[in-house]
Amino acid sequence: MIEHSYLIVLLPLLSALTIFFFGRSLPLKGAVLGICTLGITLIHSLGIFSILLQNPSYITEISIPWFRFGIHQTEFGFLIDGLSALMLVVVTSVSFLVHVYSLGYMKDDPRFKRYYAYLSFFTFAMLLLVVANNFLQMFIGWELVGLASYLLIGFWFEKTSASNAGRKAFITTKVGDIGFFLGILSLFSLLGTLNFAQVQGRIEEGLISANTAGIIALLLFCGAMGKSAQVPLHVWLPDAMEGPTPVSALIHAATMVAAGVYMVARSYFLFQHGPFSLEIIAWVGMLTAFLAATMALVATDIKRVLAFSTVSQLGYMILSMGVGGRAEGMFHLTTHAFFKALLFLGAGSVIHATHTNNIEEMGGLSKKMKLTFIAFTSAWLAISGIWPFAGFFSKDGILEATLNSNNSFLFWCATFVAFLTAFYMTRLYLLVFITEPRDKEIYNHAHESPKSMTIPLLVLALLSLVAGFLLEHSVPLLLSSQVLPPNVHASSAHTYPHWLVPAISSAAALLGIFLSYLIYWLKAVSAEKIASTFSWPYRLLLKKYNFDEFYIYCIIKPADWLAQKLALFDYHIFDQLGVDGIGFLTVKLSQIHDWFDQNIIDNLVDIWGKLSLLGSSILRKFQTGLVQNYILFILFGFGLLMVWQLKINFIELLR
Amino acid sequence: MSFLSLIAFIPLLGALLLLFVPKEKVNTARLIALVFSLFSLFLTLSIFCHFDRQNPGMQFVEKFSWIPQFGISYHVGIDGLSYPLILLTALLSVLSIIGSFQIENRVKEYFFWFLLLETGMVGVFISLDFFLFYIFWEVMLVPMYFLIGIWGGPKKEYAAIKFFLYTLFGSVFILIGILALYFRSTPHTFDILQLIQNNRQFIGKFQFIVFLLLFVGFAIKVPIFPFHTWLPLAHVEAPTAVSVILAGVLLKMGTYGLMRISFPMFPEAALWFSIPLLILAFINIIYGALVAMAQTDMKKMVAYSSINHMGYALLGMAAFTLTGFNGALLQMINHGIITGSLFLLVGVIYDRAHTREINAFGGLGAKLPIYTGIMTVASMASLGLPALAGFISEFLCFLGAYSANSQHKIFYSLSTFKFFTALSVIGILVTTAFFLKMIQKVFLGPFNEKWSDLKDMTFRELVSVVPLTALTILIGIWPHWLISLMDSTMSSLVNFINGVK
Repeated sequence: MIEHSYLIVLLPLLSALTIFFFGRSLPLKGAVLGICTLGITLIHSLGIFSILLQNPSYITEISIPWFRFGIHQTEFGFLIDGLSALMLVVVTSVSFLVHVYSLGYMKDDPRFKRYYAYLSFFTFAMLLLVVANNFLQMFIGWELVGLASYLLIGFWFEKTSASNAGRKAFITTKVGDIGFFLGILSLFSLLGTLNFAQVQGRIEEGLISANTAGIIALLLFCGAMGKSAQVPLHVWLPDAMEGPTPVSALIHAATMVAAGVYMVARSYFLFQHGPFSLEIIAWVGMLTAFLAATMALVATDIKRVLAFSTVSQLGYMILSMGVGGRAEGMFHLTTHAFFKALLFLGAGSVIHATHTNNIEEMGGLSKKMKLTFIAFTSAWLAISGIWPFAGFFSKDGILEATLNSNNSFLFWCATFVAFLTAFYMTRLYLLVFITEPRDKEIYNHAHESPKSMTIPLLVLALLSLVAGFLLEHSVPLLLSSQVLPPNVHASSAHTYPHWLVPAISSAAALLGIFLSYLIYWLKAVSAEKIASTFSWPYRLLLKKYNFDEFYIYCIIKPADWLAQKLALFDYHIFDQLGVDGIGFLTVKLSQIHDWFDQNIIDNLVDIWGKLSLLGSSILRKFQTGLVQNYILFILFGFGLLMVWQLKINFIELLR
Repeated sequence: MSFLSLIAFIPLLGALLLLFVPKEKVNTARLIALVFSLFSLFLTLSIFCHFDRQNPGMQFVEKFSWIPQFGISYHVGIDGLSYPLILLTALLSVLSIIGSFQIENRVKEYFFWFLLLETGMVGVFISLDFFLFYIFWEVMLVPMYFLIGIWGGPKKEYAAIKFFLYTLFGSVFILIGILALYFRSTPHTFDILQLIQNNRQFIGKFQFIVFLLLFVGFAIKVPIFPFHTWLPLAHVEAPTAVSVILAGVLLKMGTYGLMRISFPMFPEAALWFSIPLLILAFINIIYGALVAMAQTDMKKMVAYSSINHMGYALLGMAAFTLTGFNGALLQMINHGIITGSLFLLVGVIYDRAHTREINAFGGLGAKLPIYTGIMTVASMASLGLPALAGFISEFLCFLGAYSANSQHKIFYSLSTFKFFTALSVIGILVTTAFFLKMIQKVFLGPFNEKWSDLKDMTFRELVSVVPLTALTILIGIWPHWLISLMDSTMSSLVNFINGVK
């Protein structure tokens, strides 16, 4: 089974190509093919997962040479270990459910076929990234998921906002990818290989210093900051919600955005070799988690609330990586994939029913959409971190890891974010499902979604409930396969009781829920009043801390300005003044030459002519044709000769 | 069998044959052009199987004494450096000829010049004798002058004259360089290989001066900043197929000249020039990309992006590492393929809409799905998306420059090469920005009703573009077949240059 793991990558690619080119003549325009393919890969992944679960050290690496240049060799490979097996299951399961869900959601879309082709293509690229055994292949998958994301965000490209969002996502993540690319270049130029195992081996031999390793790790992390929407490269993710909602669930919540976390987990040995990099990413993660959670407090677009929440949770995972909780981070990635996909698909179901994204126009939907409501409840409890839902276990793990790192500030921040999370999720939940309908017309038209949509919801609801205690012990077990140097932080012994962290996190979650309940259900305190009291922070949050404005005015506009000026410079200075100027000077110079030639050189020639003319005209005077004159001339000549002769004689005489 | 001479002179034969075709028979003229260029391509491809990939030296050599009094011989041959470029030339010629079938004005003459141009281009890549090389180098110019000047855009005469004079200006430097080499060498010879073998006789100042002379000539062709301003004008005014040849093949003459002649003949000067070359490459990359970003004419944008892309090739060369050299040569090929297809595609829309203004369009994606798809692939390749051709070569160029052996430091302990390479990566970002802008403005957003009777690509247009798209994907996924052609030659070239250190 593991020997044929390449099929997991290959099948979605084939399915994508088949749907793209021949989808028209396939049943349901290829959707059936897409779903079946994903079903097979899901079963395959589950099979691999169970094998790895029984024997976590059973690492398989298959690779084929790709291209050689000089002494170097690149490869395409499939690395199946606990980490990739876990990720395979996450990706294929969510992707499978989204494929099914989209049947109903995208039913009437004119580009239905293309949608399924893109979806399958995304799955292929993501799986390519996951099973990669080297950084280059990972980068390729990484960029291809970016392409898929670009295509799917801008899927309804007639909308200007959608095409803008697609472009923004592509470019913002590309900024991070430059770091990733430089990291790869550094690794290759220093170590001569990009294979994970070989890189790890050479680093353990001490081929590069801790500082270098840390810097390279941070360069790689830049890529993760782009993909996993870490501050300050998080700005694309909320806008990415312009894509179809199932896409948001699959790509911009569950799988692709988690790729950054996965990459950190994969290259963790680099980070550990230069521990200062871990500290930095912990702070970046914390900052992201906090800022995004606060932005989610005020958003009114249901998908944007979820997007901010995604950013915040991704920050959580990065924080976990930073404080040494690699397994905890991956565990949270897994549970988050399930409950966040569920939240998005639930939101999609709601949007499908109400045709609006604005939570202030919703309300009371629990009566109209029972199944969606039940599923959403499960997701809400999971993300808030209520026992026994999945989020409780994974969030708890991260908090414990943070506390173990002996950084109490980070711990309390993380706890505060947990509180905020529970607060804004309860707000969302109450405003959408529980409170009285605020827009009667929307309420009256609302209806439950078709089965193809609700069944995936219920499956995910079940997963959000059970994934926590099912995987609590198996994730660390799976990840133990990659032999890592002992972690400095983890070695510190527990100095607090076991129930402490769960108690604190539960208290934070309950407090958040309770406060939200007070404000949005009991209306004990008016939300508007809070907003007007703290109007400055409120507006700051609404403006998303002005990150977008900062980029527009400090980077995009100056770059455009520079480009415009350079273009003018190129045209006017280089081309017109420089090249054409030289041409002009040449013409001028040749005109001067021409003048010189005409007036000086040629005149010189002419002067000879004129002189000879002049001379001849004088001489002609003598040619009179009269014999008398000639005789006179002869006499003159004779006289002159005489004088000359005599003069000589005179001189001789005088001597 | 003298393969190389056939490849070079079959188009000339076609051109001569064309002279006997009555000018009303336009289809016969087209057919003759196509058949002869196809035959040339076929011969080039037939070499593919016989080409010895392990042999770094010259293959398929033909050598006859020509003007023995002056040491001039007819000496041609190919190695891993020239063969890929000849493949590219033959392929692009065929596709451009197919792409120019819609030309209705003075068809016979057009194809006559086109075939003559092909002979010139192939000739440059196969010549191993300076005299021959220079003849072909100049033979290329004349057809180009007429092709731009007669079949070009509104400012065609100006563009043609400028192109001709600018390039001729460069040629003069090359000529001086060649003559200097001839008179310095003992015995006097024009044979390139012999001159390279005996390069020890070029020492001291002489070496540096001749290197710079040749460099100016080649730099104009590449073009290297600040000798680039002929390029946007010529590209924009030239008819589509000629832009393809101009960008696809003619720009490569410059980099080819550096790799074939300048570097091995003056290794000491070349290594000394490594840092300036790096900085020029950096300027080409960033400057080209930024200026391209400011353009609103699609063709001009692609033209400036060529400056940026040739910058990557220069970056790969500047480091004098095997990786970089492989990358540079691959980048030349890829740029020919990708930019060639971009020019063809811009031509497709120009033929229909008679404008290339980015802002004039909008939402074409819904109306012209095939065109949009192919254009997107070409743009993505050009901005270096993995799994497409551009990525492989850019990766190798960057890697080559990044792992340069140079000990030169810009700051305290920061290697100059690492510094400028890292900065050059920003070029990728700018390229991404303007290609995405172009895609968005032209294909996405609300549909501009003005273009509601625009038709998608015709079969003939597809035939001229799709091979390039397919190659883009093929090289992106499986570049080995191409790299294996060049690897051993590049390896011996790099060793030869570094050997004198």
